[in-house]
Amino acid sequence: MDSREEPNELPILENPDHPDLAEVDGVVPVPPTLPVESASATEELLVANQEEERISIASNWTLVWWRFRKNKLAVLSGLILIFLVIIVLVPEFFATMDPEDTDARLAFIPIQSVHWIDEGRLKPWVPGVVGKRDPVTLKMIWTVDESEKVYIKLFAEGYSYKILGLIDSNLHLIGAADPEQAGKVFLLGTDRLGRDQWSRLAYATRISMTIGMISVGVSIVLGLILGGISGYFGGWPDMVIQRLIELLQSLPTIPIWLALTAALPRTWSPEKVFFAITIILALRGWTTLAREVRGRFLSLREEDFVLAAELAGCSQARIILVHMIPTFTSHIIATSTLAIPVMIVTETSLSFLGLGLRPPAISWGVMLQEAQNIQTLALAPWLLLPGVVVIVAVLVFNLVGDGLRDAADPYSN
Amino acid sequence: MVRYILQRLLLIPVLLVLFSIMVFALVQAPPGDYLTTYIATLSASGSSMDQAQVDALEKQFGLDQPVHVQYWRWMQSLARGELGLSLEYQRPNSELIGERLGLTIALALAAFVFTWVVAIPIGIYSATHRNSILDYLITVINYTGVAIPNFMLALILMWLAYAYFDVSITGLFSREFEQAPWSFAKFIDLLKHIWLPMIVIGVAGTARLTRVMRANLIDELNKPYMVSGRARGLSEWQLVMKYPVRLAINPLASTIGWYLPELFSGSLIVATVMNLQNIGPLLLRSLTNQDMYLAGSILLIYCALAIVGTLISDILLAWVDPRIRMEKS
Repeated sequence: MDSREEPNELPILENPDHPDLAEVDGVVPVPPTLPVESASATEELLVANQEEERISIASNWTLVWWRFRKNKLAVLSGLILIFLVIIVLVPEFFATMDPEDTDARLAFIPIQSVHWIDEGRLKPWVPGVVGKRDPVTLKMIWTVDESEKVYIKLFAEGYSYKILGLIDSNLHLIGAADPEQAGKVFLLGTDRLGRDQWSRLAYATRISMTIGMISVGVSIVLGLILGGISGYFGGWPDMVIQRLIELLQSLPTIPIWLALTAALPRTWSPEKVFFAITIILALRGWTTLAREVRGRFLSLREEDFVLAAELAGCSQARIILVHMIPTFTSHIIATSTLAIPVMIVTETSLSFLGLGLRPPAISWGVMLQEAQNIQTLALAPWLLLPGVVVIVAVLVFNLVGDGLRDAADPYSN
Repeated sequence: MVRYILQRLLLIPVLLVLFSIMVFALVQAPPGDYLTTYIATLSASGSSMDQAQVDALEKQFGLDQPVHVQYWRWMQSLARGELGLSLEYQRPNSELIGERLGLTIALALAAFVFTWVVAIPIGIYSATHRNSILDYLITVINYTGVAIPNFMLALILMWLAYAYFDVSITGLFSREFEQAPWSFAKFIDLLKHIWLPMIVIGVAGTARLTRVMRANLIDELNKPYMVSGRARGLSEWQLVMKYPVRLAINPLASTIGWYLPELFSGSLIVATVMNLQNIGPLLLRSLTNQDMYLAGSILLIYCALAIVGTLISDILLAWVDPRIRMEKS
């Protein structure tokens, strides 16, 4: 893609008489008395000039942004990603009930279908459900009772919680209009223990996404430090770090991860296990980034601007932090974005096998554990829904990451 | 070339020794050992073991020795070509693993062949029919294929088959062949079952390979030699297949390096979900039961498979691309 096409879309060009721009360009505004033909010609020239000018004065980040937003799919994925991050921050707001609320009498309630219209007006409601035991199999059979209408509304009041652990609130995105009926809304059904899937999904999103992002964060720190040392100083540290990377990369990942997580003591609290798993995931995650950082440092070391900084008497720390790293920050962000879904899938797989996070922690993998049994799955296929969320999350991270990677080099064609 | 391969071969034992130390530290790491787990299971079921028995078992397995002595004993048995005794099954590990190792490798290779056979033609089609509807469709499928965790795909397929066709698609053999000795009929039975896990394991790799192939080929299609070929009147099919496709496939050899090892270890989770008798579920079980020699041996085998996979890819790469060959020698 050619970045020169970009300014055509810029809103500012629609009024070329913008005083600031005219000043920057040094172009005298066209007098309105000129003949029509010549005016349009001058205007074209003016627009072309401004295009050139805008590109040459735009900062690196602006160029990256211009390029990124051309990729409509990546922008759309970015919006979904922002939505997911909001859920991570306040899952309580999206939940309809306490995710730990168990009631075995409410097990395996199917997904409720939302009806939008009632008595000719927009008044969404979900039908109530009536459970009856099959006299032969003793299986609970839920039938929809259309006569019992549980009205739902946006911004309903429900159980109280603290936003980010600070501010008290009892507001929820969706909930029963009548607080009395709060325990009757199961938008995505319930699991074996009668826990509400919708609410559990909100909480699981928090844990699973954070694991992915924190472990990539740790990988970035390790990758920058070790890759930086390796590329900037060279010599024996480079030798040692490169061998270490090769060793770690030749390890079979999944079996080793399994062994590592199996080694975590069963007595550990969920928080401890959570952090242990982020560290375990980061242990190999940094190697890819370190390789990239090393390559960048190796080529940048020879650049004129680094030599200039050295001659100007900059300290090594300053050269690295102020002059070198900013030149490839966008690449690091792109690579990290692409690394997050790998971490998420790994955590999900480990927890699914029962070796990662364990209940009472709620993650997508922990939720999917409920879907391990095929007979149960045939009975309650909605237990697979957390998997759909995993797929969506991985998809948007990949699309945003790809978009960023393509945009990261704004000067390439 | 020969020298390069020899150098790589010499490195393997060094790597394996390093890995064996790592692996042993890992299987040793959980608190307690097989006996404490075993005693806990016994007491949970109401029975118990007296101290004399416990001591005798500890002595037999060498669990009373310090860690480095245990490691040394394990290494000695490895050097003799034995993999130690499984604490749980009370059978030599080599026997337990041996019958499953072949299936692990067969499954990975089948998935590998599937990937290449499917990805290359689709990649070529996608690149030559750029921005067509089918190309967009392929791109969408590719993105989904990469995003879907393979155990999830296995679950969905198993559920669909069970709920709508009332068939169970787990396992690698029909019931009557499960314990039977190898025969031609059993082999045919294996072929009847292996295709589904093969697809499940291969899907993600196929999606990625298709994308790489498409990108590589598009780069080649824009080169001037294509114009000159057209000017000389070559048919489009001949032109594409003879030059750019060959050039676009070359870099793919380097993907084998990470793909083969990934297939070996990636089948682990799918195997557990689909109940395939390869070494994956065995590893999972031995890890949870702290059957440490068995777990250690399987982990070491995964390491060896990973090393061999990388080696094969490096040799292939040097073989297909003379530039690398020249550089290395």
